[in-house]
Amino acid sequence: MGKYIGKRLIYMVITLALIATFTFFLMNVLPGSPIASADKLTPDQRAVVEARYGLDKPLPVQYFDYMFGLVQGDLGISINQFKGADVTDVILSRMGPSAQIGFQGMLIGTVLGILLGMVAALRQNTWMDYTSTFIAIVGISIPSFVFASLLQYWFGLKWELFPVALWKDGFMSSVLPSIALAMFPLATAARFIRTEMIEVLGSDYITLAKAKGASGSEIAFKHAFRNALIPLITVLGPMAVSILTGSLVVEQIFAIPGIGEQFVKSIMVSDFSIIMGTTIFFSVFLIVIILLVDILYGVIDPRIRLSGGKS
Amino acid sequence: MTQKIDKIPELPKGSFERITLDAHQAERITKPSVSFWQDAWYRIRKNKGALFSIVLFGLIVIMAFLGPVISPYAPNAQTITHANLPPKIPVIEKLGILDGVGTLGGKEVDLYEMKNVEVNYWFGTDGLGRDMFSRVWKGTQVSLFIAFVAAAIDMLIGVIYGGISGYFGGRVDDFMQRVVEILTGIPNLVVVILFILIMDPGILAIIIALTITGWTGMSRVVRGQVLKYKSQEFVLAARTLGASDTRIIWKHLMPNVLGVIIINTMFTIPSAIFFEAFLSFIGLGLQAPDASLGTLINDGYALIQFAPHILAFPAILLSLIMIAFNLIGDGLRDALDPKMKD
Repeated sequence: MGKYIGKRLIYMVITLALIATFTFFLMNVLPGSPIASADKLTPDQRAVVEARYGLDKPLPVQYFDYMFGLVQGDLGISINQFKGADVTDVILSRMGPSAQIGFQGMLIGTVLGILLGMVAALRQNTWMDYTSTFIAIVGISIPSFVFASLLQYWFGLKWELFPVALWKDGFMSSVLPSIALAMFPLATAARFIRTEMIEVLGSDYITLAKAKGASGSEIAFKHAFRNALIPLITVLGPMAVSILTGSLVVEQIFAIPGIGEQFVKSIMVSDFSIIMGTTIFFSVFLIVIILLVDILYGVIDPRIRLSGGKS
Repeated sequence: MTQKIDKIPELPKGSFERITLDAHQAERITKPSVSFWQDAWYRIRKNKGALFSIVLFGLIVIMAFLGPVISPYAPNAQTITHANLPPKIPVIEKLGILDGVGTLGGKEVDLYEMKNVEVNYWFGTDGLGRDMFSRVWKGTQVSLFIAFVAAAIDMLIGVIYGGISGYFGGRVDDFMQRVVEILTGIPNLVVVILFILIMDPGILAIIIALTITGWTGMSRVVRGQVLKYKSQEFVLAARTLGASDTRIIWKHLMPNVLGVIIINTMFTIPSAIFFEAFLSFIGLGLQAPDASLGTLINDGYALIQFAPHILAFPAILLSLIMIAFNLIGDGLRDALDPKMKD
């Protein structure tokens, strides 16, 4: 186990270094100058501005400066979007709303998804099963931004149940975006739990439990549900990815001052350091989550031997 | 418990009859033999959802090509005086839906009468007076094209890479797998956005961005399958008989791996459609006047408040395509490889 984690950590560092390097050089071949209205500056003014952001140094020097800063958690300074603010500070200050809707979305999605999946498995081939399967397919298929705009139109605009798009009313503002983000985890969890539950329900120990006279609910919750729940950990990774991808558009739609909204804006105004910083932040976030999921799975389910070879 | 049976009761005569066993009959095959593909087709046919989706998808593809042709208006032709008209379809309008009625200043009025428009726009018009019907189908065409090309490239690279890695094994495999491991570590979203940024926006840029790391999933699946089959007896037999590597790969391994390749591709297509729409929605997709379903949804979203139909049609179509593809994918997976589930 220790060896496995060590190996994974080394890969993580290599991957991150590659992403950082790649992003850095990519940003430098991008068309367009990061300095706002660069054409209007005299050469002297331009030199001053470039010196301020370290853009006058040769590329390799800039690269090593950046990488050294990165190791210390310094992602550089914003060039035009936040005028000289620390990228790390910008990202940290925007984490709150993103984390809130992401977490709520994940929670709503998995809880409802597990319930749907369980109902479907326990009442297999009834209308309940078909309904939940249908919801799951729709949830996987409909992109979060379509769903988000639907929610905004009906619940916000037409029925005025929730604020249309203002991050002012605290929890109420977070309801619709959370639901929009919850659809994918919900559908994934429902499908997954259904498949797992059906498999578990057909296993020998369930037959034994039945033979010993355990009640239906006891079998469903104590025996089947618990065992079906473990493999759900494996889809936490894809779920986190979907929440993050979704946050880019959902935050845009509901005007939430989160990381996703700021990332899209920084792309529009080509603020290199913010793009780079956010890219690296996203990568670290996802890679760490996937690593944690893999380790967690091995810890919880002793049947999985992680160090064993893959087929 | 030890009840003794003194005497076996006599069986009434004539209730049993001795039959003669015919050795030839025992080996007779009563059902016609079905090939792998016939069997798969049989299973797909029983799957109502998948079958319905195939038909639905077929219709969508036909309309994607036919739609812009049968509509009297070109997708990019602007008629400013006809801007933002709600949909109106001749026969269905009598039912009270799609009858060209929209809200103007808080009141429900037939906007076609108001603006003296004699013609009908089946899906309405957008903010520049362009016919949504031909635009939506044109957009579907573009979205499907991007998705299919991206999926085909993913498949090609993935199959070749995974095939080589799995078949030759050893150090080649080790090296190739390390590369894949690092590539899969990079979040897809990040790669796609970065690549879109450095290229000129357009169809080509989106396809390249989608395929640049998209093939890794396919390569892993193919490698796993090739590893599984290459050590089996029929491959050994072929090799003993002097078959070349190429022949073994194409004649013996490929047919076995084909099932998972198809399944995987069927799931790549909807994800490519999604990513294209996603990129277009955040403004990194196609540039006007080119339109895909994603850009149409983006345009429609801007006018959601007073002309919701501009968003509705592309959104419905995108959702239908995604649902159809997921159902077809599920059906194919169950049909081609019943053992492989979530």
